[in-house]
Amino acid sequence: MPTRPHRSAVTDTSRIRNFSIIAHIDHGKSTLADRLLERTGALDVREMREQVLDSMDLERERGITIKAQAVRLAYRSPSRGDYVLNLIDTPGHVDFTYEVSRSLAACEGAILLVDAAQGVEAQTLANAYLAVEGGLEIIAVLNKLDLPAADPDRVEEEIASVLGIDPDTVLRVSAKTGEGVDALLEAIIDRLPPPQGSPEAPLRALVFDSYYDSYRGVVCYVRVSEGTMGTGDRLRFMVSGEDLPADEVGVLTPKAVPVAALGPGEVGYLITGVKEIGRIKVGDTVTRRDHPATVAMPGYREPKPMVFSGLFPTDGDDFERLREALERLKLNDAALQWEPESSRALGFGFRCGFLGLLHMEIVRERLEREYDLDLVATAPSVGFQVVLTDGREVEIKSPQDLPEPTARREIREPLFRVMIITPTEFTGTVMELLREHRGVMGEMQYLSPERVELIYRVPLAEIVFGFFDQLKSRTRGYASLDYEPDGYATSDLVRVEILLNGTPVDAFSAIVHKDKAYTYGKKLVERLREIIPRQLFDVPIQAAIGSRIIARETVKAKRKDVIAKCYGGDITRKKKLLEKQKEGKKRMKMLGSVEVPQEAFIAVLQVDAD
Amino acid sequence: MPTDAVRADDPALADRAATWVGAYVHIPFCRRVCPYCDFAVVEGPGDLRAPYLEALKAEIAADQPFGGPLDAVHLGGGTPTSLDPAALGAVLAGLASRFGLADDAEVSIEANPEDLDAPTAEGLAAAGFNRVSLGVQSFDPAVLASLGRRHSPEQAGAAIAIARTSFASVNVDLIFGAVGESARSWESSVQRAVDAGIDHLSAYALTVERGTPLARAVLAGAPAPDPDDQADKYLAAESIAAASGLVRYETSNYARNGHACRYNLLTWAHGEYAAFGNGAHRHRDGRRSWNLRRVDRYVERSPAAVVAGEEQLDAWGRDVERVLVGLRRTAGVVPGIAGAALAGSAAGERLIAAGVLHAVADRLQVIRPLLGDEVGRALLALEPPPIG
Ligand SMILES: Nc1nc2c(ncn2[C@@H]2O[C@H](COP(=O)(O)OP(=O)(O)OP(=O)(O)O)[C@@H](O)[C@H]2O)c(=O)[nH]1
Ligand code: SF4
Ligand SMILES: [Mg+2]
Repeated sequence: MPTRPHRSAVTDTSRIRNFSIIAHIDHGKSTLADRLLERTGALDVREMREQVLDSMDLERERGITIKAQAVRLAYRSPSRGDYVLNLIDTPGHVDFTYEVSRSLAACEGAILLVDAAQGVEAQTLANAYLAVEGGLEIIAVLNKLDLPAADPDRVEEEIASVLGIDPDTVLRVSAKTGEGVDALLEAIIDRLPPPQGSPEAPLRALVFDSYYDSYRGVVCYVRVSEGTMGTGDRLRFMVSGEDLPADEVGVLTPKAVPVAALGPGEVGYLITGVKEIGRIKVGDTVTRRDHPATVAMPGYREPKPMVFSGLFPTDGDDFERLREALERLKLNDAALQWEPESSRALGFGFRCGFLGLLHMEIVRERLEREYDLDLVATAPSVGFQVVLTDGREVEIKSPQDLPEPTARREIREPLFRVMIITPTEFTGTVMELLREHRGVMGEMQYLSPERVELIYRVPLAEIVFGFFDQLKSRTRGYASLDYEPDGYATSDLVRVEILLNGTPVDAFSAIVHKDKAYTYGKKLVERLREIIPRQLFDVPIQAAIGSRIIARETVKAKRKDVIAKCYGGDITRKKKLLEKQKEGKKRMKMLGSVEVPQEAFIAVLQVDAD
Repeated sequence: MPTDAVRADDPALADRAATWVGAYVHIPFCRRVCPYCDFAVVEGPGDLRAPYLEALKAEIAADQPFGGPLDAVHLGGGTPTSLDPAALGAVLAGLASRFGLADDAEVSIEANPEDLDAPTAEGLAAAGFNRVSLGVQSFDPAVLASLGRRHSPEQAGAAIAIARTSFASVNVDLIFGAVGESARSWESSVQRAVDAGIDHLSAYALTVERGTPLARAVLAGAPAPDPDDQADKYLAAESIAAASGLVRYETSNYARNGHACRYNLLTWAHGEYAAFGNGAHRHRDGRRSWNLRRVDRYVERSPAAVVAGEEQLDAWGRDVERVLVGLRRTAGVVPGIAGAALAGSAAGERLIAAGVLHAVADRLQVIRPLLGDEVGRALLALEPPPIG
């Protein structure tokens, strides 16, 4: 038997608790994490700020969590001594459900947080079901008790009736004031099970996340299930077959702190010094070469992208840089998928798959900010299945790939199971909205006399673009939404093409339902007329289905573009002005002889064809 | 002055202007600052007039003369006639003694109609000014009011008549496209100006300049000038002027034969000029530089310390600039390296196809001056050719 030198360095599993905080968006997960960090003295006053775990600029600007974030806390229980708590703060937005499932896979327990003023919402249920399916122990916690509108008794009822949780076990806190947090910490060590796994067993550690550091290369986040992993160990990545050394092993407190070793149940990071992206994949299992495990851990199911959009560098020379950026970002965003794409209008780029529009926006912004790229994103589209006349089935991710009508027998579009929770006064309104979006009613269930849950089957194309905003505005913000894939169905779909100056622009085409094609085409050309600046000549904008023109607008030729006067010979100033205008032009894309601003490519999103 | 009795848009005249040298003097005082104006001006002469004149004299005396005498002098502002003719004559004398003045030199001064009575005009003529430029702007009382101008159409008419008896060449400045100005109003303003027997017309589109009261009003929701309306008015002015024998020789300037403004021509020919006063811009020895904009600071400093900034260009940058300014002239430019690069570029080809730019063997012209800035941007976007 090989020696196991790290035995003494690792924490006894009975002293470890691993849990995720899950909730509907904005119910206070990150704020609760702040309080837990504070109570355990993880950060000093100077380092502390609100939602400290939301460390990405984008998270702070938008006030939402995008990435799950793991942190190790040292908790000293007044009655029971020292514990190690591994907490994972998760995002609440439906686009990032994949982050939640990955986090839950690294835990034995979950804190299900519910806003005591808002009550159970769609992602409360969706995430709670994920935890139940994963066999996790759940502690239900009501948050925001300090709010005057908080109604903990009613919300407790809801939790009990919908999730079957014993109301007596529900805790009450205010993540803002810290009230109830001590009791919660005790409940965590009391009620959540410690991790299993023997330190003597062969090492198995799951890579649950990673990122690229320009100095240190690929950094992996791991959770050890069995065995031990220490600095200096020779490791094997079981799925990829890569052999790499453990240059550094450590924990996140949330600062990275190197440790001698990690044992069963422990969560931390691993640096192997590897710089080539692609040699390490999230979901892989790490073992030790001197004492290897035989079976890898289950890993993760690749998430299925919901929407696709083309990303093209504004400057064609940046294509390779974009590829590299996507590869690096993928390390930190396992849900991101792409393949090369070429567009007549935009040149070479990538067709990317995203989990939703927010995910799409975030990826694009991260690419532009973290990798200093300037990108054009084309109108997002869902994927379709097409049955060809010869009976073959193909998947298409871009409207431009749709086979000609003569070559196809039918088009199938993805359907989703949509769950909406709304106050009963809006039931009629919400049903109306769902009908407008081609929804078919499934079930209806009362959570309480005041709140109802509606389940519908709706084409994905109808819910990813703008549906949520409409739902919010028609229910004064009270309804919440969750959805999951639910098969495909044949549908009467057509491709609406846009012609600019008589030439079809592939990047503008969209596949829409026949009944909506006319309105869609009309609104889109109107929108494009507003967005496209006047040029040296008239620019006709047409929408067409096949060879039939269904809408037309014209951007009138520009007539005056000259500064009348040069003051007292100030040529320098005139040049500066022209230079500035020229920079504005650089951000435009030339389509044939027409200059098109970047926002035109997502104008499709602002078209509401109802 | 004015000697070149050729058409104002004559290419040979345009190119010859590159060899002339000039001087600009800035007089920053205005009785009231107009809401659209962003020149380096101050309201009311206050007590800065005397020290300002002293500072001007000192700056002129400290400057280096050109190789030859001045072909053109321009006193602008501001409102030069806010100073008395004797004081303005003294400034001119200072220029003449330091730089020399060519026999046929154009000596021009800007004046507001309400200031130009007969004694003032005679005084200026006696001091050596042979051209006057009147800030008439419009003959429509409503438009004058909306531009914040203080004179009446009648005063303007009278000032033109007085000017014609005292000066060899008379220019009128008009502004078009103010919100509320009808096409008829504009056309009759132009007609009245040319009917009054002027030799030269400058017709400028009203522009909204950052930081002016007009810009603030537009930001707050007031209507901005409409570019299509301004395009119509531009074309109307061009045809009315042409019918009266005033030829458009630059984007915004028209003249009878022999009355093209020399100072203008030399500016657009990329010629060199000295400049004096606050905010004044000069072009000397291939370098552009400009003075401090604030009057009080300008007055405080010694002549050597009034320059606020400068721009030094390499050969390519200079050639780009030569083409940029030259293309404002109807006569166009000799293409040279930058012009040829422009004509051969993708953007240049688009402009030629759209009938904006016209390229023949040894001449490049903008034939749709209303789109001149399109050409300017295309020119500035060119990459310098590889060295060697
Ligand atoms: N009054 C009050 N406000 C709270 C409390 N907890 C959180 N908030 C506020 O609720 C908002 C959302 O809090 P976050 O902690 O960012 O919520 P989250 O669940 O992490 O949100 P996502 O990560 O985007 O899903 C913030 O404005 C918090 O200040 C609380 O106990 N009382
Ligand atoms: S008179 Fe001329 S310089 Fe003076 S404020 Fe009016 S526009 Fe400006
Ligand atoms: Mg959060």
